[in-house]
Amino acid sequence: MKRYVLRRLLLLVPVVWGVSTLVFLLIHLIPGDPVEVMLGETAVAADKDALRKALHLDRPLPAQYLLFLRGLATLDLGRSLFTPRPVWEAIRAALPATAELAAAALVIALAIAIPLGTLAAVKRNTLLDRGAMFLALLGVSLPNFVLAPLLVLVFAIALALLPVSGREGLASLVLPAFTLGVGMAGILSRMVRSSLLEVLGQDFITVALAKGLPRWRVVQRHALRNALIPILTLVGLQLGGLLSGAIITETIYAWPGLGRLAFQAIQSRDFPMVQGCVLVIALTYVLVNLATDLLYALADPRVRYR
Amino acid sequence: MRARGRRHTGVAVGLAVLAALLVAAVAAPLLSPHAPTAQALREGLHGPGPGHPFGQDRLGRDVLSRVLHGARVSILVGAVVVGVTVTVGLVVGSVAGTAGGLVDDAVMRLIDILQAFPGIVLIIAFAAVLGPSLLNVILALSLLGWVGYARLVRGQILVVREMDFVHAAAALGAGRLRIIARHLVPNILAPVIVEASFGMAGAIVGEASLSFLGLGVQPPTPSWGTMLNEARNYLLVAPHLVLFPGLAIMIVVLGLNFLGDGLRDMLDPRR
Repeated sequence: MKRYVLRRLLLLVPVVWGVSTLVFLLIHLIPGDPVEVMLGETAVAADKDALRKALHLDRPLPAQYLLFLRGLATLDLGRSLFTPRPVWEAIRAALPATAELAAAALVIALAIAIPLGTLAAVKRNTLLDRGAMFLALLGVSLPNFVLAPLLVLVFAIALALLPVSGREGLASLVLPAFTLGVGMAGILSRMVRSSLLEVLGQDFITVALAKGLPRWRVVQRHALRNALIPILTLVGLQLGGLLSGAIITETIYAWPGLGRLAFQAIQSRDFPMVQGCVLVIALTYVLVNLATDLLYALADPRVRYR
Repeated sequence: MRARGRRHTGVAVGLAVLAALLVAAVAAPLLSPHAPTAQALREGLHGPGPGHPFGQDRLGRDVLSRVLHGARVSILVGAVVVGVTVTVGLVVGSVAGTAGGLVDDAVMRLIDILQAFPGIVLIIAFAAVLGPSLLNVILALSLLGWVGYARLVRGQILVVREMDFVHAAAALGAGRLRIIARHLVPNILAPVIVEASFGMAGAIVGEASLSFLGLGVQPPTPSWGTMLNEARNYLLVAPHLVLFPGLAIMIVVLGLNFLGDGLRDMLDPRR
């Protein structure tokens, strides 16, 4: 296990390099003159030259790439085109809001999914099972841009219980976190159920039951532990989806996080900011993936890594 | 017997929804009471009524006709994206899972890098580079879509390949290709097919998300996502604009999930 962890940490280096290079290429592959795209065709030549110089676009591509890598090593992601603010500072200011939103959404998702999925699996083929799975399906089937306006209509406008948008206090977190968490809760509950059913159908469960162990103990100690493994992978994968979902959710609720920053940057063609946001979102996901894989290996000794 | 009957019900419901979507898409021009782009400005934001069972949008266009035509975009994107991504995922995942060593490492690192791009970010970047269009939406969803299948296939193969029957096949002299095709893939196909039905739902939602953000199908072509985006500004005065395209997406995704569930139970020989 120690060797595996060490190897995975070493492999982080090429992954991080690959991700940053892809992001660099993404921005520089844009056909045409990026300066013209950013400033518009009618911009004054002097302004264009100044911007070109500021972004090092007057240098050859390899030189730009080296400058990009050097900046990366020192956390210098350049400056926004529209505010004099360094990109890294804007991202750092937005990070806590997104972390808060993602964490709240994850907690909501797990708090719904594990009991709901377990209940459905244990009470398989009963009315409870069907009711629980219908709820889960409903969660999966409601995209956040459908759910959000409905929630706003009911809880913010009709009942006036919660703020429509913004980030002020815990109350403003409820609707965005719920919007973001419901889909994940639906997916996870379904996975908990199907994974648990898979395990419950295996011989060692029959043996455990034949030994006379109480059913809840078999479910909790024998079945859930094994059922957890594919769920771990899914939670990891879902976190990426959560970050993507944050772009839509944050935009709808005016939540001042990374997703909204990224979308605004894309709309205003603020390429240094886009580059920085994509990079940070991607690197966050790489680390989450690593943690998922390590947990996976820890949880399932059958998965032998050599 | 009752359980068997019910799982067939799930598949039947799912297939029925898919069939309805297909009919709506193919026969949209015949079924629509109005042209999807025909405006009637003086009837803007009118609620459901005679002649317009789903009401009218800001420009007085018939919402029912637009929902029906929106099905064309949804099913096209869903079918193409799933076809491409499942095929690529199966091939890549099997190779990585059976080869092990350097090949596995290289593929997994590539998957890590590709999965490190949260889908929508890449798709948005694509829209910025290539300009938003239906083809670019399909391209962007497919470019990343196979990665999840590949990871799933590889993970399943890692477990299955350690099972006795695979060792037995190898001991009997079966070649690698034969082991993959005859012993590994059939035993891991069930979760892939189930994932594919969710993948189709995902592709449909993905298209709608992009169009919602203004980066997918461009007006005046009706797409459920575009309709929802326009509806957001009239939440109070015209909630029917959110309701009908929202319901359409929900029913289609619900149906695909029913299908996936039912298929899962039918394809699993252990039950």
